[in-house]
Amino acid sequence: MTVATRSVVTRAEVEDFLYHEAALLDEWKLKEWEALLTDDATYYVPPNDQLDSDHRNTLFLVADDRERIRQRIIRINDPNCHAEYPRSRTRRMISNVRILGVDGELVTVAANFVCYRYRRYERIREYVGAYRHILRRSGDSFRIKERRVLIDAHELGTLGSVSFIL
Amino acid sequence: MSARSYIVDDREKKTFLLDREVLVSDEVLRREMAQIFGRCWIYVGHASELKKPGDFRSRKVAGRPVIFCRDQGGQFHCLFNTCRHRGAIVCTEREGNRRRFQCIYHGWTYGNDGRLVGVPGDDAYAESFDKSSYGLRRPARFEDYRGFWFMCLDQNAPALVDYLAGAKDYIDLVIDQSPSGRMEIIAGVQEYDVAANWKLMVENSVDDYHLPSTHSTWLNFMANSGVKIEPPKEEGLVLPTRGKAVELGNGHFTTDNVNFRGRPVAKWIPLYGEAAKAEIDDIRKELVARLGAERAQRVADTNRNLVVFPNLVINDGSSVTVRTFYPEGAGKMHVTAWALGPVEEGDSARARRLDAFLTFYGPGGFATPDDVEALELVQQGLANWAEDRWSEMSRGMGKEGEQLNSDEHHLRIFWRRWNELMGAQA
Repeated sequence: MTVATRSVVTRAEVEDFLYHEAALLDEWKLKEWEALLTDDATYYVPPNDQLDSDHRNTLFLVADDRERIRQRIIRINDPNCHAEYPRSRTRRMISNVRILGVDGELVTVAANFVCYRYRRYERIREYVGAYRHILRRSGDSFRIKERRVLIDAHELGTLGSVSFIL
Repeated sequence: MSARSYIVDDREKKTFLLDREVLVSDEVLRREMAQIFGRCWIYVGHASELKKPGDFRSRKVAGRPVIFCRDQGGQFHCLFNTCRHRGAIVCTEREGNRRRFQCIYHGWTYGNDGRLVGVPGDDAYAESFDKSSYGLRRPARFEDYRGFWFMCLDQNAPALVDYLAGAKDYIDLVIDQSPSGRMEIIAGVQEYDVAANWKLMVENSVDDYHLPSTHSTWLNFMANSGVKIEPPKEEGLVLPTRGKAVELGNGHFTTDNVNFRGRPVAKWIPLYGEAAKAEIDDIRKELVARLGAERAQRVADTNRNLVVFPNLVINDGSSVTVRTFYPEGAGKMHVTAWALGPVEEGDSARARRLDAFLTFYGPGGFATPDDVEALELVQQGLANWAEDRWSEMSRGMGKEGEQLNSDEHHLRIFWRRWNELMGAQA
């Protein structure tokens, strides 16, 4: 096989995309982040005690369809979203990026993350876990079709809330 | 023992003030452990969490690690999760099904009814060592009301059904959503800390005064989703529809509101989508056929946030939440929340219920994070308690008759009861 046909997706491409996504979220460029989503994109944060479950029969922390993501961004950008005003400062570290599968134009991707979050008068909150993205090939880059965030902590506990886009 | 009063309850001047020391003091917390949590009925779990004999859940209730389980005969138990030998936790798994719980330290083994059934090398003990007296300890009392199990550490407490008093009627209203009278805890638990005194969560759970200011982004979201949020027409209301605060006895109370926010059982709103209309109509028809028009309306067209004193909240609103919380210090609490639904609920109705839950409630919801923020800001502000000592809670005292959900009547009910149990001469 030639290089061109052996792999249509490289890890470097996926990493570039995930780093770009992380930067937009850390910089609170939520409109630009939203432009990375497909029209049918979903965003899930399963409950800490049932990471491998279905939001239709299990109570999640977040289970947004595309419209709900749009509403979430409207909310978070509103100064009356008190949990995020003044905004948290976040910093994401992404590593261990793996391509789990390619199915036509869809690419399933796994990555580890640490997201540090700071708010005034508060100690650091460290969100540690894994991303499971389903990306759709879009020109030279990707769009996000599904974004699943698996938090390692057994309970949210001192992490408190998921009021920003994790 | 009588203590000084922490409230100023002046019915002549129609003033109610709360001493902020009760929200920051370690000494008050220490006394609450004995006089509130040591004497009241505390929610443990729901029968639906243990479907079969041998099922168990380990959790903390009132700070105590317990095993909530069923024995081989199906009997429910609440056992302290502490080995009688040297004190280790004997059940380390969150949930499962087991006949036996074995301590990993020296291997003492207990049946799922709490009996001590195995002691490795028990020939080394004297004749007087009686295994039957070494079963896992349990709270003094453990009783249920229609599947809601509570424990009490006070042997002399009244029976649970008497303790619940008028709260029973409001639990019944929740259970009436199910055709067979069986509700279930849905999989997936939300457990999070709030850096605030636990009593602030009691207040927040029923305080409808805060809704327009704390939750304007949620009201926007509802409006964006096609739900009409009209400014209140009646004088004195802060919400689109009328709601009242109701005293239920023994420190319990509830809000009782005409619904405007939609209900999975059974009030359609545009947020649910056109496709849901027919199913919600069917749910409504079943309610009317089973309960009659009036009771069906009561179940479907009102929403109620119920506080069972001291620390159980059942919010029958956009969805049903069962929420309990416990102090981990004067300025910190741990919250556990579940969703509750009828066992008969079909897949699409269940999905809609869970979605409706997340529109408002929970750590990723469109409202709860702002509640948490409000409570944490209170706690931060209370660092000035010694210089700025009293919280003002007189809202509604100036008028005769019915008290609204946005008044502070129900908050005063809580504080009066709390003050009384703390031994104060009011």
